[in-house]
Amino acid sequence: MSSARKRPFNTLAMHGALILYTLIALFPVFVILINSFKTRKKIFREPLALPDAESFSLVGYQTVLKQGDFFLYFQNSLIVTVASLALVLLFGAMAAFALSEYRFRGNLLMGLYLALGIMIPIRIGTVAILDLMVSTGLVNTLWALILVYTAQGLPLAVFILSEFMRQVSNDLKDAARIDGLSEYTIFGRIVLPLVRPALATVAVFNMIPIWNDLWFPLILAPAEEVKTLTLGSQVFIGQFVTDWNAVLSALSMAILPVLLLYVIFSRQLIRGLTSGAVK
Amino acid sequence: MTALSLNSVNKSFGPVEVLKDINIEVEEGEFTVFVGPSGCGKSTLLRLIAGLEDASSGEITIGGDLVNHVPPSKRGIAMVFQSYALYPHLNVRGNMSLALKQEGQSKAVIEERVAEASRMLDLDAYLDRFPSELSGGQRQRVAIGRAIVRQPKLFLFDEPLSNLDAALRMNTRLEIANLHQALKTSMIYVTHDQTEAMTLADKIVVLRDGRVEQVGSPMELYNNPANRFVAGFLGAPAMNFLPAGLLADNGASEIGIRPEDLRLDADGPLTVQVKHVERLGGDTNLIGRLSGPMAEAAQGEAGQITVRLFGQHEITLGQELRLGYAAEKAFYFDSEGGRLKV
Ligand SMILES: Nc1ncnc2c1ncn2[C@@H]1O[C@H](COP(=O)(O)OP(=O)(O)O)[C@@H](O)[C@H]1O
Ligand SMILES: [Mg+2]
Repeated sequence: MSSARKRPFNTLAMHGALILYTLIALFPVFVILINSFKTRKKIFREPLALPDAESFSLVGYQTVLKQGDFFLYFQNSLIVTVASLALVLLFGAMAAFALSEYRFRGNLLMGLYLALGIMIPIRIGTVAILDLMVSTGLVNTLWALILVYTAQGLPLAVFILSEFMRQVSNDLKDAARIDGLSEYTIFGRIVLPLVRPALATVAVFNMIPIWNDLWFPLILAPAEEVKTLTLGSQVFIGQFVTDWNAVLSALSMAILPVLLLYVIFSRQLIRGLTSGAVK
Repeated sequence: MTALSLNSVNKSFGPVEVLKDINIEVEEGEFTVFVGPSGCGKSTLLRLIAGLEDASSGEITIGGDLVNHVPPSKRGIAMVFQSYALYPHLNVRGNMSLALKQEGQSKAVIEERVAEASRMLDLDAYLDRFPSELSGGQRQRVAIGRAIVRQPKLFLFDEPLSNLDAALRMNTRLEIANLHQALKTSMIYVTHDQTEAMTLADKIVVLRDGRVEQVGSPMELYNNPANRFVAGFLGAPAMNFLPAGLLADNGASEIGIRPEDLRLDADGPLTVQVKHVERLGGDTNLIGRLSGPMAEAAQGEAGQITVRLFGQHEITLGQELRLGYAAEKAFYFDSEGGRLKV
């Protein structure tokens, strides 16, 4: 980094590459956004043109807001995502603390077992999960989704968090024990604040797949009152006709909350991703 | 009254015996130093006393109470770690007051104790800073302050100076000595540095491989070491060990002579060829090899000899010197490293 700073050419090349990448990455989002404000005809005739006085139209947004219960879908998605993240972080951190802090029989085995979960996609078990949800009566409830996403997120969360927790100095925890803090307080007041960047990293990595998932909502909770946003938007995509205005508007609105959560986590995230490299 | 007593304490990690049959008494108000080479079990012993590890067997008594099953915070001890172990997300005041808050002390008491500790340690200007904004020396003072505010019966220090640079180390050493005089509380101090042990201790406990080698005041250990290990570990530069062969006929296998007990003597029994001269101004240290009739018996390590001369001397490299010593200053050791009293 210091050598790049000294040579202006390198700095230029580096920033050039980064800006180029940013443009490429943001381009589809940009296209979705501008087209969601255009009439159907203009979307097809000039997909890259900005909306102007003639082509500007909010018909997509009107359709979305009128048709179906868009706010309910929105709320469902938000509840599922936030609740799953909270559970993943809570249980992930607790398991990681136990694995990294205590010597007990089967510690290593337990860690390996959890690491295995990272490699096996949860969708392989869909049939069994559906079976389970039917017999527990959880089908068509948000709980079905929350539980599945929690299970899906836990292995990676435990893996990342236990790695970070191992780096928290043992002397620090011992000092806290001498100061009279209970194991729970040490976990909550000392260790958790110190692995905050890792928590944010785990949160962001889990958030986007959960928010965007279509598979489990379709299978486990297709009922009208528990539909998520992604599933709800599918009504506009028909086999023969697709209401592109509505699809693009729904997508644009779906970006917002993820963006918001990302902004909240991002400062911590960057620290989490780079802390290993810089230290 | 005894502040601490360890009775046949053993500690194993799995099959590895780290501490073997430790018996130590620490009197009220005494400054005790555990000293020994790295890995000999000093930290483990301190952690047993603190309650951070459980003893495999044996009794630990603090202030007359058996504490084997008492949690660390209830043992009336406070510990200062080598790595400072300050809470990074709390400022200096928060670091010092956490334990008191945890005990449920009133705001007034907390405030007063923090103020007193910060005055003793010159920390008034830093109370609102975070650990990352402090220098190493300041951090260590905060760590000591955090121990003081708890008003423990027993202070435990684990190599508190080894992360500091040389000048700061000396200052902080003095500060700890002053602290002991001011508080008059029993302290246990762990170090691998014999200078720290000699300068600070009322009582030194020398450890090796998980065993207590000798216990005594610094001068007792210096003047009357129980064995070759203690003799070689305490005192700097370290004691010279020479094959006894030509120097004594009392059955000893080695003779130990401290560098400061050797003197230039034209009729002395030792001949040394000078390899290296360290001129310190007040002292001159010579490092040389035995030559003459004894060179044969003293190959390699055994042939190296250090001489500490008072004042300044004109000595050139390669020069041969005759050295002598007073017979009562020599220590005799058998082939097992045990001391022979003669
Ligand atoms: N938690 C542990 N598990 C296994 N062995 C340990 C543990 N802690 C210390 N030891 C071993 O005990 C010995 C003494 O360690 P320690 O007390 O830290 O030595 P010192 O502080 O004197 O340098 C070392 O050989 C170390 O490997
Ligand atoms: Mg140690």
